Amino acid sequence: MILAAAPASPADAWLERAPVLLRDALTGWLPDALRPWVAALLSIATILGVFGLLFAYMTLAERKILGRIQNRPGPNRTGPFGLLQPFADAIKALTKEDIVPRAADQVLHFLAPVVLVALSLIGLAVIPFGRNLVAVEMEASVLYFFAAGAATELAIFMAGWASRNKYSLLAAMRALAQLISYEVPLLLSVVPVIVVAGSLSTTDIVAAQGGWAAGLWPHWHALTPWGFSAFAVFMVAALAESNRSPFDLPEAESELIAGHLTEYSGFKYALFFMAEYLGMAALSAMAVTLFLGGWQAPLAVLEFIPSYAWFGVKLLLLLLGFIWIRATFPRLRIDQLTRLSWKFLVPLALVNLINGGVWAATADWTGAAAVVRWFISALGVVVPFIFLARSLSAGYGPRTYRYASP
Amino acid sequence: MMLPDPASTGLARVRKIEGSALGLRTPAFAPEEGAGDLLEVSLGPHHPSTHGVFRMDVVLDGERIVRLKPVFGYLHRNHEKLGEGTSYLGSMPYTDRLDYLNSMTNNWAYAIAVEKLAGIAVTERAEYIRVILAELSRLLNHTCLAGFLMQDCGCSGTPLMYAFREREKILDLFESLSGSRMMCNFQRFGGCRVDPSAEWLAATRKLVDGYGAFLDEFEALLSGNEIVMARTQGVGRLPAALAVNAGVTGPMLRASGVGHDLRKVDGYGVYPRFNFRVPIGREGDVYDRYMVRMLEMRESISILDQALRGLPGGPILDPKSKQRGLRPKAGEAYGRIEGPKGEIGFFLVSDGTGNPTRYRVRAPSFVNLTILEDLCLGHSVADAVIILGSIDIVLGEVDR
Repeated sequence: MILAAAPASPADAWLERAPVLLRDALTGWLPDALRPWVAALLSIATILGVFGLLFAYMTLAERKILGRIQNRPGPNRTGPFGLLQPFADAIKALTKEDIVPRAADQVLHFLAPVVLVALSLIGLAVIPFGRNLVAVEMEASVLYFFAAGAATELAIFMAGWASRNKYSLLAAMRALAQLISYEVPLLLSVVPVIVVAGSLSTTDIVAAQGGWAAGLWPHWHALTPWGFSAFAVFMVAALAESNRSPFDLPEAESELIAGHLTEYSGFKYALFFMAEYLGMAALSAMAVTLFLGGWQAPLAVLEFIPSYAWFGVKLLLLLLGFIWIRATFPRLRIDQLTRLSWKFLVPLALVNLINGGVWAATADWTGAAAVVRWFISALGVVVPFIFLARSLSAGYGPRTYRYASP
Repeated sequence: MMLPDPASTGLARVRKIEGSALGLRTPAFAPEEGAGDLLEVSLGPHHPSTHGVFRMDVVLDGERIVRLKPVFGYLHRNHEKLGEGTSYLGSMPYTDRLDYLNSMTNNWAYAIAVEKLAGIAVTERAEYIRVILAELSRLLNHTCLAGFLMQDCGCSGTPLMYAFREREKILDLFESLSGSRMMCNFQRFGGCRVDPSAEWLAATRKLVDGYGAFLDEFEALLSGNEIVMARTQGVGRLPAALAVNAGVTGPMLRASGVGHDLRKVDGYGVYPRFNFRVPIGREGDVYDRYMVRMLEMRESISILDQALRGLPGGPILDPKSKQRGLRPKAGEAYGRIEGPKGEIGFFLVSDGTGNPTRYRVRAPSFVNLTILEDLCLGHSVADAVIILGSIDIVLGEVDR
């Protein structure tokens, strides 16, 4: 008889409402004037806690997965399966001596990691992690997110410049070149989403992706031709924005020792890592929101699983992609990096802008017309891709080899 | 930081790059008038990608290299002078420490030099064993190099770990045969130290049979990779003329299109009995150097296969041959072989006593390194790192 009381809509399931109920329980006894403030503090604490832990276990997961891909076990000495490794690392980082070069700009050298972590965190405020689970409801939350994200590269430049180290300086130069190059495709790839969803608010964009075509095919943007193209451009640009392999030029170990991190040690060094992972998580969360339906379940029958769990699963899958790519690819050179952006990603994103516009204008096509609509959109992705890709890989390719005559 | 006063350092305007002693310097990059300040960076000796204690003093215009000075000698151990004060046999373990990845081939080249000097004949079984060990060493060296090169290209260790997995298998073989993984001290004058057992030969056969599959996998993952091709093709071009004039040997020379392989040219040992080909490149860039080594490994597998099949019985060393207290007649001899890195040679002068009066090593890495600046000018720092990686140096051999 307990099972009989199935909720009418998934939004009413108690597991779905658990975070909201918990918040109300915690703040319910407070006077009305205080309640929003405490609620805001609670969301901040939750985001810090969840993403702090996510960072800790991302480092472990990355080392484990890299290890498995490379035929080695990865960290497995600290705690069962190495599960306490992140805490051991944190203790190590905290107890290490913090060395600041005498020639460094003391203030900037200290500020850079702090600013970087702060900027990486604030973007998370506008991500809807589940139904009703968004820290700040904002009309232009997408704009806010990218403004905060763009500033992180400045912090990297700060670190490189303040260290007064030649490697750091080169890294700073690379970071700026990368920032300017990849901010453009990142933003351009988002524009069609905004056009189609008709809103700059992340909550509305997620809502626009609800429902299923024919009851099976979710209305996620990544599952449309223009959306897939935008998603791919977004993810490549996100890799570059978060300085991850194969775009990890600012901290290219084999070239620049540790790039902008060369003169950092101890906890400041750990903060840079934290910022890298938080930035990666924030961009992935944005990608989930914009392209993968946010917290929406992939199938109607799976809606009994709470929305925040779906969001978490999608986020972790994208983060796994980041790790996998890191284990797989060599690094690009700086000129190739910028060329990839300006000659490939930017034109692709620009064409996609029109593509997204056409999609938005033909929203009322149904039946056979819907198939035509799909076809047009697919054409608008494949044709420019083929043309651009051909020009991108001009000049190199597989070779055949001769043998010396005996 | 930025150079304080460009005029005082003389680096501000590199108007003309002086011609090299060979007069064949590759088209040099010279920044135009009014170019920005130059930045002098010391890459190494503590640098993740200098493959040991090697330093490149580079002058950069942005990220572009306008001048590069290789600085080495940090690992100088007086090798050649030590050789003059040591008996002929006593130098054998020292040669392990030259190119410490390939002690087997170092031993062999030194043994050939002494055998020539003293007129010692090598038993047939020993010749085959030497070929087997030298080719295993070549596999080991080229595998490691490919892994290191990919690491220099910015891979996060995956190709390196794959390469090291195979390298460990070969080192295990070396260890079970000679007692040491890297410092094998295996060759003797007229033969070698230990006769490989049937089990060892079976294990080697197993490794050789499985190596092709590893190469297939490695190449499928990397040789056709877009980023690898974009990074390495057209980078660090070495023209054949410069390569020949600079004395470059080994895979580096062959990548520039010169089909020079001592195994064919000298036909030392029993190499003429084996069927193998010498792959050569066309462009002489980093990609060609990488690919030539990959193809060379395939040929090594074929040589190993033939040598294991044709391995004759008999002694590995003439029981009457003299190792200790060897006193060759006064004279000189130069023994050389095609080592994995190029021509490794030992020049010995005897005055009839128990030690050589002159002991000289022709180290392939050292000679190949001399053209580093020519290869790097006009390229970026990132390229310099992979160019250095593609030269394949071991500082133990460069600095001696």
